[in-house]
Amino acid sequence: MKKEEQNTEKNPIEEILRMDRMPHIWCPGCGIGTVVTSFAEALRKEKYDLDKIAIVSGIGCTGRVAGYTKLDSFHTTHGRAIPFATGLKLAHPNTKVVVFSGDGDIAGIGGNHLIHAARRNMDLVVICVNNFNYAMTGGQVAATTPKDANASTAPYGNFENAFNLPYITEAAGATYVARWTALHLRRVTKSIQEALNKRGFSFIEVITPCVTLYARRNRLGDGLNLLKYYYDMSEIQHGADTRTLDISYQGKLIVGKFVDKEKPTFLDAMNKHLSSVLGNKYQIYGDNND
Amino acid sequence: MKKLKADPKGVLTGSHFMDGDYALAEGGLAAGCRYFGGYPITPSTETAERFSERIPYVGGVFIQMEDELASIASLIGAVWGGKKAMTVTSGPGFSLMMENIGLACMMETPLVIANVQRGGPSTGLPTLTGQQDMMQARWGSHGDYEIIALSPDSPQECFDLTIEAFNLSEIYRVPVFVMTDECIGHMHEKVVIPPAEEIELVERKWYKGPKNKYLPYKNDTDGIPFMVKVGDGYRFHTTGLTRDERGYPLLNAECQATCVSHLIDKIKDNADKIIHLKEADIDNAEILVMSYGITSRVSIKAVQEAKKAGIKVGTMQLKTVWPFPEKRVKELAGKVKAIVFPEINAGQVVLEAERVVGDKCEVVSVPHYGGWVHDPNVILNAIKEAAK
Repeated sequence: MKKEEQNTEKNPIEEILRMDRMPHIWCPGCGIGTVVTSFAEALRKEKYDLDKIAIVSGIGCTGRVAGYTKLDSFHTTHGRAIPFATGLKLAHPNTKVVVFSGDGDIAGIGGNHLIHAARRNMDLVVICVNNFNYAMTGGQVAATTPKDANASTAPYGNFENAFNLPYITEAAGATYVARWTALHLRRVTKSIQEALNKRGFSFIEVITPCVTLYARRNRLGDGLNLLKYYYDMSEIQHGADTRTLDISYQGKLIVGKFVDKEKPTFLDAMNKHLSSVLGNKYQIYGDNND
Repeated sequence: MKKLKADPKGVLTGSHFMDGDYALAEGGLAAGCRYFGGYPITPSTETAERFSERIPYVGGVFIQMEDELASIASLIGAVWGGKKAMTVTSGPGFSLMMENIGLACMMETPLVIANVQRGGPSTGLPTLTGQQDMMQARWGSHGDYEIIALSPDSPQECFDLTIEAFNLSEIYRVPVFVMTDECIGHMHEKVVIPPAEEIELVERKWYKGPKNKYLPYKNDTDGIPFMVKVGDGYRFHTTGLTRDERGYPLLNAECQATCVSHLIDKIKDNADKIIHLKEADIDNAEILVMSYGITSRVSIKAVQEAKKAGIKVGTMQLKTVWPFPEKRVKELAGKVKAIVFPEINAGQVVLEAERVVGDKCEVVSVPHYGGWVHDPNVILNAIKEAAK
C-alpha cells in the first residue's frame, strides 16, 4: 500500500468522534471506548442524522464520552446528566437525547433522577457504563460494587449491598432495559440501535473492565482476564426476571434484553391529558414549538 | 442586541390584583419563558402553581422535577434546547441549586431564578420573611464568577424585574436572580400588565455564520459569545470544565485565567449599563438610606419621620443588588455624613457599602434576623443616631 493511501484511510466511526481531541484519557484495557465504539457503530448502521441527536454526560471516566463525540454534546455536573437531558429533550422534542455516563454518576449521586426519569417515561436513551467503582477518583466503593470486592474506601472489602440496575429501572417504569458486558460488542450495538428507534425511557447497562483500579486492587488481572471472566460467567437470558439479576463478586452475570414494551412518553401523556381536559384551548406541544 | 416585541400569547394584558409570586410567573410568561422546571417550596410555590396553570394555554412546558438539583439542571438543558427558562425557589432549594448555578455560569447559559426568601439558616422560617440569601446569590457556587441579582419591592416590580431579568440574562449570557421575599411574594397589590407591543424583549444572541466556523466561546466584539441550540447542525461541545474557545476542556492556568476573567469582566465592565437604582432627595442629603426589596418600603416611613425631625435624608433603592453600585456609592460617600443600611439579615450587602466607602463616611448596619420586617422606628433611630 502506498503511503498516501494509508494516510487517507479512515475508521468509519471517525465521523462520529472528535478526532481533534484524540488521544482520549482512558487507560489501556478500559471498556468505555468499547461502548463508545458500539454507540458510534449503532449510529452508523442506523444512518442516523447526526444533527438530530444530542449526548449528555455527567462526571467521571464515562462522563468524558460527551467530549469525544462529534454531536451536540454536553459535559454536565456529577449526577445531573439525566435532568439536564430532560430539559433538553422537553425544550427540543425532535432531538434524540442520549445520556452516556457511569454507574457512580447515574446510579450513585444521580440515582434519584434515574428513577424519576424512568417513572415519567422520559424519552431518553441512558447508557450506563458500570465498572463497579468510582474510577476517576481512584477506585472508591460504589453503589454497584459487588459485596466482598475491595475498593480504596472499602479496604477490608465491601459489606454493602449493590444495586441491581435492571430491576430498579424496570420497577421505576423504563420501557426498555438491557444489560451486557464489554465483551458483547455487537449485542451492545444492537441494543443501542433498538433504543434509538424506541420512544420512551431506555436503559442499557454495560459492565466494563476497570483495569487500573478495580481489577488491580482485587488482583483480577488485566483487561483480557476480565473479558475472560465475562466470557465464562455471563449467560444470556432475554426476558429474565429482573429481580434475579444481582451481581455477586466474580459471580454469574445474567445479560440480555429484559424489558421492551410500549407506554406513552412524558410528552405523549402531557399532550393527550391536557387536550382531553382543556379541549382546543390547549396548545399542543411538540416539534413545532421550536 | 436585537430587540423584539413580546409574544401576545404569554401577556395577560390588564390591571390585576395579584400577589408577588403570581407576578413572577406572569413576568416570565410575558418575557417569553416557555420552560419552567420547579420543585415546591414555601413561600415560592405559588409561582410554580401559576405557571403550571397558565402554560397549557400559551404553549410550553411546566415540569415538577424531583428536587431543586434537577430543576436547575433541567433549566440549563432547556436553554440549550432553545427555550427561555425559569424556576423559583426559596432558601433550602436555593442552596441545592448552587452547584448547577456554577455550571450555568461556566456554560454561559441565560436563565432566570427567582428566590422568594424566607428566614434561615436551614429550615429556618418557612412561612416568614428574610433577606438572608443575598450573599449566597453573589457567592453561593464555588469558584470565581459574576451574576446579576435584582430585588423587587412590590408585586408590580416582580412582574417588571422578571422581564428585565430575562433581558439581562440574554444580553450577558448569565443566570439572573430575582431576589424577592415572603412579604412581597404573598402581598396582593395592583399589577398592571401592559399590551404585548409595549414589552420590549432582547433576542438570544444567535449565531448565524457558517456551521464549521462556530466557536461556542469566541467572544464577539461586545465581549459576549454567540449561542446556538441543539438540532441546528453545529455539533458543538460545552462543558463545566475550564474550556477554550471551542468549548473543549483545557486544564491549565492560562486557559483558566482567560475563561474566568471573561466570566467576571463581562458583568463588571458593563456594570453601568446593568445597574438600576432609584434615588430620591440625594442633593444636600446628610444621611443616605440604602435599601432593597421590601425593606425599601419599610424605610419610607422612617425617612418621612426623619425629614419631619429636620434631618436631610436621601434614599437609594437598589433594584440591582449585584453587581453592587460601587461607583455611585463611592461618589455619594464623599458627600454624606453617614449611610444607614437596613436589611432583613445580620448585615450582608452593607458589607459591600463598607468596603467601597472606606473611611469616607460612616456606614451603619441596621440588621434584622428575619421573621418580620423592621419596625420603622428602629430605622428612624439609626438615622437620628447617625445624624448626631
